[in-house]
Amino acid sequence: MIEVDGLTKEFVVREGRFRRRRRVVEAVRGISFRVERGELLGYLGPNGAGKSTTVKMLTGILVPTAGYVRVAGLEPSRQRIQLARRIGAMFGQRVQLWWDLPLVESFELLRHIYRVPADRYRASLARFREVLDLDPFLQTPVRQLSLGQRIRGELTAAMLHEPELLFLDEPTIGLDVVARQRVREFLAELNRERGVTVLLTTHDLGDIERLCSRLLVIDHGVLIWDGGLADLKARYGGERTLIVDLEEPAPPLLVEGARVERVEGPRQWLRFRGSAAELIARVAAQERLIDLQVAEPDIEEIVRRIYSSGR
Amino acid sequence: MVDGLRVYGRLIAAQVRSQLQYRASFALDAAGTFLISFLDFLAVLVLFHNVPRLAGWSVHEVAFLYATSSVAFALADLIVGHLESLSQRLRTGTFDILLVRPRGTLFQMIASELALRRLGRFAQGCVVFGYALTGTHIDWDVGRALMLVVMVPAGFVIFASVWVAGMCVMFWTTEGGEFTNAFTYGGQFLTQYPIDVYSAWLRRFLAYLVPMAFVSYFPALYILGKDDPLGLPRLLQFSSPLVAVAAACAAGLVWRAAVRRYRSAGG
Repeated sequence: MIEVDGLTKEFVVREGRFRRRRRVVEAVRGISFRVERGELLGYLGPNGAGKSTTVKMLTGILVPTAGYVRVAGLEPSRQRIQLARRIGAMFGQRVQLWWDLPLVESFELLRHIYRVPADRYRASLARFREVLDLDPFLQTPVRQLSLGQRIRGELTAAMLHEPELLFLDEPTIGLDVVARQRVREFLAELNRERGVTVLLTTHDLGDIERLCSRLLVIDHGVLIWDGGLADLKARYGGERTLIVDLEEPAPPLLVEGARVERVEGPRQWLRFRGSAAELIARVAAQERLIDLQVAEPDIEEIVRRIYSSGR
Repeated sequence: MVDGLRVYGRLIAAQVRSQLQYRASFALDAAGTFLISFLDFLAVLVLFHNVPRLAGWSVHEVAFLYATSSVAFALADLIVGHLESLSQRLRTGTFDILLVRPRGTLFQMIASELALRRLGRFAQGCVVFGYALTGTHIDWDVGRALMLVVMVPAGFVIFASVWVAGMCVMFWTTEGGEFTNAFTYGGQFLTQYPIDVYSAWLRRFLAYLVPMAFVSYFPALYILGKDDPLGLPRLLQFSSPLVAVAAACAAGLVWRAAVRRYRSAGG
């Protein structure tokens, strides 16, 4: 579905207020990977690592400086229009709906832009209305929608023409727990039942855990990981954090298998590996616990660790 | 093509519906451009109040030039004038959205708005045209009528092409709308007078480089039955449609080259 070999993008930046100097910045440096039909993969990396630039080259927005790209057998920048019919894209920050019109009118316009036959359009809109619960705000002008409603609208807009391949940039950012869950289920089903290939750019570890079997990690324009999530965590994820609220402020706890990272009044942060249950039992044996929670390492941190380990 | 026009119609209808949510401001804008463009023509009348003829052209003949150019320009302004908003799309990266849809980017840009408030200028052009007809003697025949029907669309295409090509500068500089306006608004101003009042270099610039002379001057020579004071080949008087097609092709090529330079924006 996607074939990338030695893909590179350089930008020329002009710097300096008076004497303008030309500097070449390599946003993406010779990355290579393949994605098969029906995969659902996560693409992550810190801000400015080259994620968006890669996706923009795959969708035909940017023309690569060098390297080979084929998406659905097409060369994105040269066969942009043919490709656009077969892919869907949603960029979190870019509103593609018509701001002053009721949501449903945006869908109507997109149907004509994509030349979707009327019966196909009705069927797929009906499905989205149900799964994403669009009915309560279908007639509301887009500018009056809440962020969560708008994102559901954007998702629908990206998929009305039934693309084979979907590029999603932060699809669950800013959503509440219920809406987030609904979007994840929806994507998983789309992938499972309809065989839609999905490339997901995200910072949300939950999205990745629930959805992605494979991960690509990019940093400084170089692909530093291509493989499963479990492998990645086993290798670099390592420590989790147990946050405990004690009855009253106490000196840092001394517990086997954990070290205290931070203390704030009665609240303490403990870093640990392995089983959370055992650690909790050990802490509870020492102190009276009011409340506790376990925090997963965030993906940014894992990525930072992969990078600093010099792979 | 037919499908393209239909989609254009739908997109524009949607846009007009959004604009009509701000009805009062729309009415004021339209009335404003109508009145201001009359002040513009007043300048021509004041000029002729002092001199009876300008390089052998009477006030009504100049009004004919003025009106045909004004109508063509108003149409171009109406249909492609909002391309200025390209600079904002380039700066914020929202041009991305046009690139992931299965339609041409220039088509989508043009179909993103119809500046109805600019109809004021179109109305003014029609009124001045009426005034021109009251004082010019034209031997109407099929050829002249046909020329009149063809010259306005051709002029529209020429103006629109200059506009599009000029806006492409923004892909390199992000800004640059003002630079383009020098050619469009400036060019339009120049087409309102017979080009033989200008010095030779400006004349050549208008006739061949930015082909403004083909908007009204050359066709008007034929319709009004005037001898070309510059003695240029008569063929030029009939070539406006060809020049328009050539200008449109050139503008299309420049646009394509420019889009490949698009750099998007972070995020």
